[in-house]
Amino acid sequence: MSHEDKQSAAMQSTAMQTPLVKTRELTKYFDMGRGQRVHAVDGVSLAIAEREIVGLVGESGSGKSTFGKTLLGLHDKTAGEVRFRGEALPAHYRAADYQRLAGNMQMIFQDPYSSLNPRMTVGEIVGEGLSLHAHLKSAEVKERVAEWLRRVGLQPDHMSRYPHEFSGGQRQRLGIARALILEPDFVVCDEPISALDVSVQAQVVNLLGELKESMGLTLLFIAHDLSMVRYVSDRMAVMYLGSLVEIGRADELYFDPKHPYTEVLIGSNPEPDPKLERGRPSTAIQGEIPSPVNVPAGCRFANRCPKVMDVCRQVTPQLIPLKELTRQVACHLY
Amino acid sequence: MSEQKDLLVVEDLNVEFDTYGGVVQAVRGVDFRVAAGETLAIVGESGCGKSVTVQSIMGLIPMPPGRITRGSARLRGHEILGQSRIDGREIRGAQIGMIFQDPMTSLNPTMTIGDQIAEPLQVHRGLSRADAAREAIRLLEVTRIPEAAKRAKQYPFEFSGGMLQRAMIAMAIACKPEILIADEPTTALDVTIQAQILDLLQELQAETGMAIVLITHDLGVVARMADSVAVMYAGKVVERGSVDDIFYRSAHPYTLGLRAAMPSNDPALKQSLQPIEGSPPDLFAPPPGCGYAPRCPHAMVVCESQPAETPLAGTGARDHAAHCWLHHDESPMKPAGLFFRESDASRNEKFEGGSAVEEGRNESRR
Repeated sequence: MSHEDKQSAAMQSTAMQTPLVKTRELTKYFDMGRGQRVHAVDGVSLAIAEREIVGLVGESGSGKSTFGKTLLGLHDKTAGEVRFRGEALPAHYRAADYQRLAGNMQMIFQDPYSSLNPRMTVGEIVGEGLSLHAHLKSAEVKERVAEWLRRVGLQPDHMSRYPHEFSGGQRQRLGIARALILEPDFVVCDEPISALDVSVQAQVVNLLGELKESMGLTLLFIAHDLSMVRYVSDRMAVMYLGSLVEIGRADELYFDPKHPYTEVLIGSNPEPDPKLERGRPSTAIQGEIPSPVNVPAGCRFANRCPKVMDVCRQVTPQLIPLKELTRQVACHLY
Repeated sequence: MSEQKDLLVVEDLNVEFDTYGGVVQAVRGVDFRVAAGETLAIVGESGCGKSVTVQSIMGLIPMPPGRITRGSARLRGHEILGQSRIDGREIRGAQIGMIFQDPMTSLNPTMTIGDQIAEPLQVHRGLSRADAAREAIRLLEVTRIPEAAKRAKQYPFEFSGGMLQRAMIAMAIACKPEILIADEPTTALDVTIQAQILDLLQELQAETGMAIVLITHDLGVVARMADSVAVMYAGKVVERGSVDDIFYRSAHPYTLGLRAAMPSNDPALKQSLQPIEGSPPDLFAPPPGCGYAPRCPHAMVVCESQPAETPLAGTGARDHAAHCWLHHDESPMKPAGLFFRESDASRNEKFEGGSAVEEGRNESRR
């Protein structure tokens, strides 16, 4: 597909009337006692179209994982709403809500070592969702598990084994099979490849890509590896200290970042090309991400921003669309 | 490069470990050399033996269960394996400094940062307590830690990951080592903090002229930092050369495979990722031939039975070598994408009329 084709396809998809998943001012604070609160996610509005892959990047502590979990109801919402196919989801999930939504929305977790119960067999782990939600006979569950193990590149006779008998890449495949066996429409992938070696990352990414094509999945792909996110995603969203600073088409955003933070983030990402690296000035910035307990007034990036202005320290910039690009940026420069 | 200029020469290093499951041959004949003032990157996936290699050089392998069965490591011509001091100075800490992947767990949580940096100064340089404490603060300033005097009195839990890694670097360079070994120094850090730490290492290297041995799995970090590179797989170095040799003239199929498995950031092309199928071999029973043969797209019969000992030689300013049978004179093929030495061009007529060499070179320069 040529660049123009893809661009128009992406514009069509973003212009679609009802996005599959939409958050409006989604907010999650954690109470720390003594009147202190962690502002983990603060007013994030994001729409994800059907069959779209949105990559969410940001430093650790920026709230990406909390956003993904709150979106799925694994954390209660503090404020804001999540709509799935236009239906507003409850702020606090009851057992029946999980039961109802499990077939639509699923999650693939970051750490394939701690997210699989070591005392359950592979058959039990992958098949648990089916036995709980699909009302199938155990023989049918077994059949489906065998089919899914094959689909993710494992053997059906692995069913009686335990997680410790598998390598990291194989465990991540188990996590994928467990999430996808209910054939959900929407999957949050929380750093699905960061615990894996380079050669195995490509295996898992390609597997996700194939399954997305064959099942029509919609994905929120959370990661900190910028090159991989650009490769995987249609659109890319950048998060800093609980709020979105920039959203746009993955390629455009990567090669032409507008927000100073995106620029720093992408400039800090070392490229596997020595000639390019030698010619590139260092974009390292001073300081670290501030604590989300005492969120600074105004723009949250102001104290580290190389282009900071007076207004930045007083007024919080809103995400506004840029005229010439399919891009939204929260910065007073625009 | 001549012998004299090589600061550290490691030859045929073999390390194994006794475990309940049997003997793991973690390192199986590693060779590399580091010149003064240069940065050598050792690249490889988890379990390829890169950390064990440097830990055995530093004498950090617990023995038993570990065992160095063969090989040598010479610092300025002096054997250091099994030694704790040469030329009247401690090796570990004084002549070779080391920083680790996870600064959170490699510092003592019950000592202040200042005391931890002062400790090697008192032990190795014989400074008094007060002098060592002053020097510790100066070192924190050198590693760009703001409010160094106040920070020196704090404990590790009061530091962020990036600041702890700076403190680790301060400790490692306290005795002005000739070599700094950095074992995945930025793997646990965010990209913005990683960029700060990598810049700091380069600045310190420019000031002090120390050599850096950087262990990493991230080819981006290699491209930014390294002068020369050793690529490890299954306990062996499969290819070594200058950073340009490795990236633009990859001569081993594994090096090429690693590069193809990473997304290219060239906007002009969005090629699909080529994963390396399968997984690394079991080092309890390492294969008799090339460790990469089961996953190699170009594997031949000989690759499974015999390791390729003949390296391809002398393609760049520094020795560029790959341990691969495809570079043997009688190899029946020259797969596109791989680099073959210049003199092969004439001989290549015997095989495919020489075109593959040109193709290969163009491919690798894309």
